[in-house]
Amino acid sequence: MLAYIIRRLFYAVPILIGINLLTFMLFFVVNSPDDIARSQLGEKYVTQAAIDNWKAENGYDKPLFVNGERGFPSSLTETIFFTKSVRLFAFDFGRSESGRDITADVSQRMWPSLALALPTFVVGIWVNICVALLVVMFHATRLDRWAVFVFVVLMSISYLFYIIGGQYLVAKLWRLVPISGFNADAQAWKFLLLPVAVGVVAGIGQGARWYRTLFLEEAGQDYVRTARAKGCSEIAILFRHILPNALIPILTGVVVLIPTLFMGSLVMESFFGIPGLGNYMLEAIRSQDFAIVRSMVFIGSILYILGLLLTDISYTVADPRVRLN
Amino acid sequence: MKFVLLWSDALIFLLVLALIAFFYSLRKDPRTRERWGQVFGSKLGMVSFVVIMSYVLIALADSLHIRLALEPEPGQAPDVIYYDNTVISLLDIGLGNVNVDHERTYSAPFALNSFEKQNLTGADGNSYRGFPPLKYAGQHLENPEDRAADIAWNSVLGLLRGLLIAALLILPQWWFLRSSPLPWRAAWAAQAAIVCSASVLLKLNELYHVLGTDLGGSDVLFQSIKGIRTGVLLGTLATLVMLPIAVSLGVMAGYFKGWTDDIVQYLYTTLSSIPGILLIAASVLLFQVYIDLNPDMFEVGLEKADAKFVALCFILGVTSWSTLCRLIRAETLKISQLEYVQAAIAFGVSNSRIVFRHILPNVVHIILITFVLEFSALVLAEAVLSYIGVGIDPSMSSWGNMINGARTELSRTPAVWWTLVGAFFFMFLLVLSANLFSDLVRDAFDPRTSLGEKDA
Repeated sequence: MLAYIIRRLFYAVPILIGINLLTFMLFFVVNSPDDIARSQLGEKYVTQAAIDNWKAENGYDKPLFVNGERGFPSSLTETIFFTKSVRLFAFDFGRSESGRDITADVSQRMWPSLALALPTFVVGIWVNICVALLVVMFHATRLDRWAVFVFVVLMSISYLFYIIGGQYLVAKLWRLVPISGFNADAQAWKFLLLPVAVGVVAGIGQGARWYRTLFLEEAGQDYVRTARAKGCSEIAILFRHILPNALIPILTGVVVLIPTLFMGSLVMESFFGIPGLGNYMLEAIRSQDFAIVRSMVFIGSILYILGLLLTDISYTVADPRVRLN
Repeated sequence: MKFVLLWSDALIFLLVLALIAFFYSLRKDPRTRERWGQVFGSKLGMVSFVVIMSYVLIALADSLHIRLALEPEPGQAPDVIYYDNTVISLLDIGLGNVNVDHERTYSAPFALNSFEKQNLTGADGNSYRGFPPLKYAGQHLENPEDRAADIAWNSVLGLLRGLLIAALLILPQWWFLRSSPLPWRAAWAAQAAIVCSASVLLKLNELYHVLGTDLGGSDVLFQSIKGIRTGVLLGTLATLVMLPIAVSLGVMAGYFKGWTDDIVQYLYTTLSSIPGILLIAASVLLFQVYIDLNPDMFEVGLEKADAKFVALCFILGVTSWSTLCRLIRAETLKISQLEYVQAAIAFGVSNSRIVFRHILPNVVHIILITFVLEFSALVLAEAVLSYIGVGIDPSMSSWGNMINGARTELSRTPAVWWTLVGAFFFMFLLVLSANLFSDLVRDAFDPRTSLGEKDA
């Protein structure tokens, strides 16, 4: 097991290098540091002196790949590629374009994101599985067909409308919870209630429909027919036979998401004013702060690769037939 | 009058031609005919197809762009013609040029007065605060109390006109298709419903603002209709861009295996590891910086917005090919193990011939299913991207921009709800019918689900 995990971690290295190169190309080769400086300074007629000044302040005044003016080791380290991209591997994110310490920001803003994303994730899966089981119980009846239609209708509504509608109904008309905002102490649940509820409801269409398909796939298997022939009750078949077996495909889709929960949701957090990483990214995108976007791309990719690894490990736990080798 | 061919126009007409050629080439294949028969054999399939087609037709009409010639100035050389700087489309002309009739600011649906107070001068010369009357709503009414009766009367007129057009539209179809086994009645009912509601809405919109006006005073109904082109084009063009990359790489990886497979797998794992929305945002931002620094590339404002739009389609396509590529690779791996491919290899048939004759036709269903599934996802994604600020240029109408502009206005009292309702309704109808249609297509074409449904 341990050997497998270590080997998988080694496989991740070329992928991370690829991501690093790709983001570097995207951020520095397509648009030269001069272009970035010009758009950061924002004025229409920027002097070359101002650009050079900004580049020197933010560490963009070095050559891209090879520094010909220096001797061997520093000819490769005194470059933009080394200082801005390679350092990400050591989780050294440096400073944002506006001078803030990115590492400190990220470690502070991660928790509000998690406080919103984790309950949404757990409650969402639970609700989806319950709804899907309920629908599967009534399979091939009129109720089942209508339920599928309702799922498609729910899927067809834009995420933004769930948020806007939720805020309007629950917070403005009924005045049950505050419209937006966040508080880190014991009152936090008040602010999180509505976003979690909206997130769960918005996910029902897609989630429950998918779980229904998975359950139905299992329901067509031979062992279910055998159980029915033995005289098992439908409830027992559903919970003792179908549910545990359907957990395996569910795990594939779900476990990969767990590490990325730290990243938060851009839209949710900005609508509800939660000071998490999603909001952080949105502010970075809107103010064109490429240093933050670059760091977040790297963090997000690492979390995704971690999720893939977790998925493989969770297989062995859920399905005794699978052996890692 | 001068035709203007925007990049997105050229691409969408190219796509339509390609699709027509594709279906024309498949018309004789019995298996394909049977599967489409299954899709269109259901009433739901017919209705959702009619709805999608109406959207596509509106989008195409909105993609024929022209610049009108200006009236010659006195003293101007007779052989020189100057053109208007605003580009209009065929749809704008059909709707009675949208860009001209602007109110000052918000007004509620069917309102006669503006939503916001402003300083007015009374008949006696004193100024007071009040709701000014609208310039383009209810001008024909002599008495404001007649409004309800007038709306009802004009709805009836619009409905009659709609019924007449619907009859003209459906009669020839009925003549040719009355002995067809497919449920054409559902399609005709849908056509009649669409034509009648469009006729009523347009008739009323000549006299009032049926869905009110937005912050800039432009008519919300027209804005929503103009948003159709953006939605439909984004949904189709992004997939069109993605297809060649995904299909060629996927088939190559699955057929040649070995180091080709390794490289392709490495490419798509790397790309799919990057959080999609960040990659899209970063690419769009960088393109924006590029456009801002090269402002001389475009002749009129719309061309700049259009370049951004096409770039967005490309970015969405390039960042989303990994799923399709993975599916096609797996399918090609499976197919290339089958006897007939092995036999072709043993006969010494060339690689390219095997790929084009034996493998590509058997992965077409995956491409088709992905195309219809991606469509609704892309239409929905547009709204979110516009909200984040990396979507459609604000000068182009899109549902995302409408939502973005109106989302904070619900917190006013009384709330400004009509812009959201307009965007919601038009977007929901398109996405819902696309989702329903894609379900049917998947059931008909995916061998796995069509077997599973029979079994269950």
